[in-house]
Amino acid sequence: MLSTFLAVLRRDLLLAWRGRADVLVTLAFFIIVVCLFPFGVGAEPNLLRAIAPGVLWVAALLACLLSLHRLFAQDYADGTLEQLLLSREPATLWVMAKVLAFWISTGLPVIAIAPAMALLLDLEQGGLPVLILSLALGTPILALLGAVGAALTLGLRGGGMLLALLVLPLFVPVLIFGAGAVEAELSGTGAVAHLLLLGGGLAGALALAPMACAAALRISTD
Amino acid sequence: MTKPERGRSLLRFASPQHFYPLAGRLAPWFAAIAILLTAIGLWLGFFVAPTDATQGQVYRVIFIHVPAAWMSMFIYLVMAFWSAVGLVMNTRLSFVMSQALAPTGAMFCFVALWTGALWGKPTWGAYWVWDARLTSQLLLLFLYFGFIALTRAIEDPRRADRAGAIIALVGAVNVPIIYFSVQWWNTLHQGASVSLTKAPSMAATMLTGMLVMAFASWAYTLAVVFWRVRPMILERERHTEWVAAELERAGASSQAAGGRA
Amino acid sequence: MGQWESWSAFWDMGGAAFYVWGSYGLTFALIALELVLVFQRRKDTVQRLLRWRRAVGKDSVKRNGEGYTPAMESEQ
Repeated sequence: MLSTFLAVLRRDLLLAWRGRADVLVTLAFFIIVVCLFPFGVGAEPNLLRAIAPGVLWVAALLACLLSLHRLFAQDYADGTLEQLLLSREPATLWVMAKVLAFWISTGLPVIAIAPAMALLLDLEQGGLPVLILSLALGTPILALLGAVGAALTLGLRGGGMLLALLVLPLFVPVLIFGAGAVEAELSGTGAVAHLLLLGGGLAGALALAPMACAAALRISTD
Repeated sequence: MTKPERGRSLLRFASPQHFYPLAGRLAPWFAAIAILLTAIGLWLGFFVAPTDATQGQVYRVIFIHVPAAWMSMFIYLVMAFWSAVGLVMNTRLSFVMSQALAPTGAMFCFVALWTGALWGKPTWGAYWVWDARLTSQLLLLFLYFGFIALTRAIEDPRRADRAGAIIALVGAVNVPIIYFSVQWWNTLHQGASVSLTKAPSMAATMLTGMLVMAFASWAYTLAVVFWRVRPMILERERHTEWVAAELERAGASSQAAGGRA
Repeated sequence: MGQWESWSAFWDMGGAAFYVWGSYGLTFALIALELVLVFQRRKDTVQRLLRWRRAVGKDSVKRNGEGYTPAMESEQ
């Protein structure tokens, strides 16, 4: 069972590595979105510092959303998905592997570059560890929830916008607790409660989302 | 001894062929009940309920605002319920039901937002505040839009049914989480200075009026959903004999009407 | 008149006429719109299905009308 998980994970990571231009595009998107805000709201350092946690989180969320359609699209097009669904391996297992690979190839790079972006917005140094931690706990939830939406909109015309409409409302709690964690840390109230809630959300998403996603994939490929 | 008998006769209505005429018979009755209850509720709300001591007359929006907000949440739950039933029991009528409910739920959701905004302006001084209730109501509207958009975007009805059911269930699981998170966020950012249910001294007649209006919107929902579900059933069952017979009858009556005109 | 001195006082709603009647007005307008759309849809569906039946002829009935049989699926 573990071997299936690892095989799918390795395969997807290899594919992501071969198509690393896509990953770079996601990263560039994240950077550009963050850079747009000073142009929009003005370069006043105090203002930028105040909105930095929210801006970074919204940008990370949008970057995740933008790459979500890639999660199953290629496997759907070349028939791999149907093979996987026909195989006797439990679907939740390889769905989890695919989502993990997706997160490693899009979530991790964003998390890695987030501190640099935080410096652009002059976020206080003390908030950086919590920012990274909140992103590390929150972006997997986004990937898991997004996977359900991606599975449901597989192969539909205008699927991208539909996907956004489906998953963005579901992303709101993650955004609230993620950005809230950084703000709470900076305001001195402590981010523990936020991070615990994010961790709880991740546990819940890990338990439920792969099942919903597997069911959605079955429906979409039927 | 009578129990299995009754169970069977009730389950009969799970088949579209039996549900279709039943829905057609019941809908006008529920519509009549809705009109009657609305009349009573509005009379209670406008002519019996006293002026609110702090808010003056504006509070009279409550008689549609609160029932609409209740209805929008309740309909989403019912949608999720029928979706679950459809996925578990594989009854297609359940999926059709949940899809027929969605537009009415979205309508009530929008009404709750609109009346909340119009109530908020004189009470809070702004049409929109990021109050926890208003914000979760807005997110609920997006969930409705997502469900409607997804079921409309998929052409294969089988896939549309099941995909819609999944997103309805995912949404239903998330509604409490969204509400809790928005509440948390709201108390941190604003302090609990504003609240829509400013009704510490709600008179009994106000409450009665609100409840009557809530029952009216129940009856309205049942009527309009039954009316909406009927053509959906016809379309999906178009290969069956009973739909053929039904269409024959409808065609004859519309021709007769055309001839008269 | 119950709570009201005159009809004009009623329509004025203590100065909140816009907010109160704006709320009720939109609500009933939306309900009317929904009803119109529902009945429109019924008419359209019946007419489209009648046309479809005329085009397909007797083949429209595929099985013995056994309720929710996979008549639709076999098509796809």
